[in-house]
This record gives sequence, structure tokens and C-alpha cells, in this order.
Amino acid sequence: MNTPPPDPSEIGFPMPVPILAARDLTKSYGRGPDRFDALKGVSLTIDRGDSVAIVGKSGSGKSTLMHLLALLDTPDGGTIDVDGTEARSLAGRRLNALRNSMFGFVFQQFFLNPSSSVLENVVLPLKIAGVGAKERRARGMAVLEQLELADKAKNKGANLSGGQKQRVVIARALVNNPQVLFADEPTGNLDTATGRIVEDILFGLNRDHGITLITVTHDHDLAARFARRLFIRDGVLIPTDEEHAA
Amino acid sequence: MKPMDILKTAVTNSFRSKLRTSLTILAIFVGAFTLTITNGLGTGISNYIDTQIAAVGSSNAFTVTKTDTSGTPGSGPQKYDPASRRVAAGGRPGSTALVLAQSDLDAIGRISGITGVSPVTRLSPDYIQWAGHDKYQLSVSPLAGATPQLDAGSGLDEAGSQPQLILPSSYVAPLGFAGEAQAVGQDTVIGITDATGKAHTVTARIAGVQQSALLSAGGAFINKALSTALADAQDTGAPAAAKTTWTAATATFAPSSSRQVQDMKSKLAAAGYTAQTLDDRIGTVRTVINGIIGVLDAFAVIALIAAGFGIVNTLLMSVQERTREIGLMKAMGMGSGSVFALFSTEAAFIGFLGSAIGSAAAIGLGTAVSGALARGPLSDLAGLQILAFAPLSVAAVILLVMAIAFLAGTLPAWRAARQNPIDALRYE
Ligand SMILES: Nc1ncnc2c1ncn2[C@@H]1O[C@H](COP(=O)(O)OP(=O)(O)O)[C@@H](O)[C@H]1O
Ligand SMILES: [Mg+2]
Repeated sequence: MNTPPPDPSEIGFPMPVPILAARDLTKSYGRGPDRFDALKGVSLTIDRGDSVAIVGKSGSGKSTLMHLLALLDTPDGGTIDVDGTEARSLAGRRLNALRNSMFGFVFQQFFLNPSSSVLENVVLPLKIAGVGAKERRARGMAVLEQLELADKAKNKGANLSGGQKQRVVIARALVNNPQVLFADEPTGNLDTATGRIVEDILFGLNRDHGITLITVTHDHDLAARFARRLFIRDGVLIPTDEEHAA
Repeated sequence: MKPMDILKTAVTNSFRSKLRTSLTILAIFVGAFTLTITNGLGTGISNYIDTQIAAVGSSNAFTVTKTDTSGTPGSGPQKYDPASRRVAAGGRPGSTALVLAQSDLDAIGRISGITGVSPVTRLSPDYIQWAGHDKYQLSVSPLAGATPQLDAGSGLDEAGSQPQLILPSSYVAPLGFAGEAQAVGQDTVIGITDATGKAHTVTARIAGVQQSALLSAGGAFINKALSTALADAQDTGAPAAAKTTWTAATATFAPSSSRQVQDMKSKLAAAGYTAQTLDDRIGTVRTVINGIIGVLDAFAVIALIAAGFGIVNTLLMSVQERTREIGLMKAMGMGSGSVFALFSTEAAFIGFLGSAIGSAAAIGLGTAVSGALARGPLSDLAGLQILAFAPLSVAAVILLVMAIAFLAGTLPAWRAARQNPIDALRYE
């Protein structure tokens, strides 16, 4: 089933089944004359434990691709296999369970509830999963410790700096122990020093916990730190970034 | 998401926009308040009517009269029929009523379901007097099975041979008693004139004192022994025919369903008698009151429907405001069902708050007003609490309002639930 797409496969994991495999993904927005083809046939394979940067200019289709891979949106054409299962066959409960426990997302914006406490924001995925209040608290505090935010647990989401907010968002993405962490421009809203700290956290998770890391960025310095880079331009993957001299 | 978490989250969410939620709650408050008041009015008045009906007679008895088949006024004089006797009747001057003879009573008694027939004797005592004090006019009502509301003493002893009466409370002071308690157990003298104009007296004991009430204008209730004694005195020297004819009879029956009652009525009608239960006679009053309360209820429901649109509006704005949050939760695997449940629970909670506060305020204010009325303008009608709040009907009002709120919440909740996570997250 999983015919290997153009994949350098330089990583020597013995895993037979890639955690994500996409073939010929297409996605258009709008209709008629307004129609815009954001993705024009993208194929890729991502193995367990991989760290992948999706690099491209603004408007090139990075976020669209990531949303499709994270099963937040459905492609117009093509298929996505998650851990060997075709995503199209998943619906309702199973799709929700997958989104909830297998994937973690760090969006371009923070999407924190400003009136709730940091801890409440962080344990939202556990609440959705139906985890009891006590366990939610324990796991929420554990992940806040991990990100050195334990002292901010009771703060309101609104009363945090940008870097703290981004770390809260990462804590929220990690709280349900996802296998794949998606991050859309995780350092885009941060100053260089803070961005560096967040980057270190993400790579630490990949290195120490084996979490598959898929990050969208237009920052080439950041992209350079990943094991693999996928370059995208006008909705298609291109082999190198030579044309993307920033 | 666990149901308890949905409930908690919905409650928290409803307080996020305090001003908007408060205004919606206020709108519901008005509707729930009105509905509780009108409901209380209905309960209060029908409670009162029920006790009043119990006070004037048994619900297991018909008042039977001979059906007057003479034509409508203006159809010319009626042919004389020697078999039917007429007596002057109450009502408009000159009107007459057909009388019942012993044969009629027997015929009524043969109708299946009727357990007993007794003639209603019209007794006209002249006065009542106690221990040489002033004499006062008295009318008596010998309605079997009545359970008057007593202020003092006990009910009539129908089986005993001692003549007894229940004294209306308005007689207590005029007759010379210091209080109701003193009157109970006292012997009074009742004067009555017979057919030849000779005055007789009968001694009767006061068994109890009756509350003043709306439907007790019939006079003092008397027991069988007293009514027999009075009738004997009144009929002394009367022609035989007068002793054996009556204008009406009381026919009793075993407790029956309304269908059985209807059945007996139609059998009596077929035999040429008109039978009315107490409910028939009181029914019109009830219908009018129910009509008025129905109109008031309709206004309250209109207010609630208006409040329902307030809920729709409030929640649509919430859904709009929380578009990203909904998208985020769906992206994290929250099912459409949970999102729907979250918003409709919020609607039902807002409905609950509005109706609980509205009902509580209505009960508080209503009880105070009703108490003040009972002590003031309505004090002549003992036992009338114009507003009575039955727990069940208050609960029904709250549930109804919550149901309206829930229905109002379904549109916004459905909108929230069907959102695509990514559209919701892109929403600015
Ligand atoms: N909902 C949408 N409706 C219309 N056009 C869209 C929508 N989302 C994205 N696009 C367009 O699709 C293209 C790719 O968008 P996106 O994937 O967000 O790019 P990137 O993340 O690389 O900046 C852009 O030109 C954008 O304007
Ligand atoms: Mg983007």
C-alpha cells in the first residue's frame, strides 16, 4: 500500500509504517473565477521520531498543508495515511480521538482563553478527552513544570508575556502525550532570544521524548536545525531552497 | 467531555459576558415571574372554590327536580294537566316549578347507581334565640354530605337523635355569645310557624361554628334530627298534599367516575328529571376563572417567547465571539455532540437562572401580597389565599422556561457544532 513517494529516507528507523504518508494532495479555496489552488499535488512521508520543517514564503501553502496532515481539514484530492490507516475512512469518534490523543497542535496564534487560568487552558485537551479533574490537575502541573511555568499556573491567560504564552500553548499541545507535534510558525510572534528558547524546547521534546516534530516556518535559520526540510512554493514541493534566498 | 464538565463549563461560559447574560436573564425573569403569579392565582382561587364546594354539599349527590316541559315563554297558555302540580318557585316573579311526589322519589331511587333519595323540604324558621337574648332571623340548609369549614366545634351528628346545627360565624356576637368557643355546645331555641299560623319552638344544640365564606349564603347547616323536628312543627295542620310533595330531592350515589355520573344524569333526564351535581352549579364560575387565568397565562407565555428570542440573540453572539475557541476545541478532538451540548446547556442554564429567580421573586412577593389582602380587603372571605404556590406547578413553570430556553439555544448550538475547526480558527 505504502509505495514510497519521493523521499530521501535518510533516517534509518526500522519502522515499516510511516506515521504520516500523503499522496497527491490538492486543495483549492473559493469557486469559479475566485478559485485559488493552494496545494497542487503534494506527496510526502514522515517517519516516527522525525523532525521536519515545512519551509516556504508567506502564501505558499504551508499552513494549508499542515492542516491537512493534522486532519483538521479535508483535501480535495489525494490521500493521507496515519500510521497505516487511511484518514478518509476515519470519521466521528475515531477522528476526534486521533486529534485528541495522537496529535498536538501549536497554532500560529496562541488561542488562549484570556479569562481562564493557565492551568485550565493547558488541561483543555484532557477535559475534552473526559479525564477526571484530579488527574487533569496532576498532568497539567507536570507539563507546566516541564516547561518551567508551574509558578504561573494560576495566572490568567491574558497576563503573560509572548514567550510565556507560547510555552503555555506548547504545554497544552503536550499535555495529552501526543505522538506528533505540529507547530505553525511557533517563533513567528517572538523576539529572537525568546524564539530561541521555544526552539530548544521543541527540539528537546523530539530528541528526549521521541515526539515527531512537524514545523511550518519561513525562517531558514530555524529550518536548518531540523533533520529534514520540505520546501514548498505555490502549492508544490520543490527539491531545494535555492530560490528561497530570504 | 464528561457531562459534569460540560455543565461546569457551560455555567462558567454563561457568566463570561455578565451584562449580556444579565439582560437575558432579566427578560426571562419577567416571563417566569408573570407565569408563576398567574399560576398561583389559578391555584389559590381553585383551592378556595374546592373548599367552598365541600362546604355547601357533597360531591356525590344530585339535586333532582322535575323537568319542566312547558313551552318557552310566549308560546301561549299551557293546557292544564291534573297529574302535575305546580308551586310558586323562586326566581322571576310568577314562575312556577313542578313538584315531586312520593312516586317520583321512588322512580328516581330505581335508577341504577342511585343509592338514596331524600326530599328537600323547604323549612322556613322564624328566628333563632339564645338564653333570652335578642331573636334573629334564620334560614337553614339541610344539605346532606356538606363539610363546612369550621372555626370552632365539630361537624353535625347525622345519626343521632339530638337536633343540631352549625351556626354561621356572623351570628355569634348578635346572639349574645362572647366568642365562638362559648357558642359551641350551647342550646338555642328556633321558632317556626305552622300552616295554621301557630308558633312552635324547637331546641337545637350548636355543634360548631362555620367560617364565613363565599358560598354559604344558604344559611345554617342542620342535621337530620333538627330538620325532621322543624318539618314536623312546620307541617302541623297542613293539607296532606303539601306534606307529600316537594320541589326538589337529593339523590345520593356512590363515588363514581364522571362518565358514570353523566350516565346517571342522562337516565334521570330520560325519566323526566333534571339532575345537577354541585359541580354543575358551580361550574360556570370555574369556567370564567379558568378563562381569565388562561388569558393571563397566554400573556406570560408571550413574554417568555420574547425572552426566548433574547436567548437566541445572546447565544448567537456568544457563538460568534467564541468561534475560535470552538474551532480550537474541535481541533483538539471535541465532538460536534459535545459542542452542541455545551451551548444548549448554557441556554438551559440561563433559562434556569431566569426562571428560578423569577419564580422565587413571584412566590415571595405573591405570598406577601396575598397575606396582606387576606388580612385587609379580602378578610370577609375566610380561608381565601388569592395566590397559592403549589411546588409542582412552580417546578413545572421552571421546567417549561428551561425547555423554551433549550429550544432557543438549539439554533446557536447547532451553528457552533457544525463549524469546521479550521474555518473557525481562521476566523478573525
Ligand atoms: N480560507 C481561505 N479562503 C481563501 N483563500 C485562502 C484560505 N486560506 C488560505 N487561502 C489562500 O491560500 C494560500 C495558502 O495559504 P496558507 O496555507 O495559509 O499559506 P502560508 O501558511 O504558507 O502562508 C494563500 O494565498 C491564502 O491566501
Ligand atoms: Mg501560515
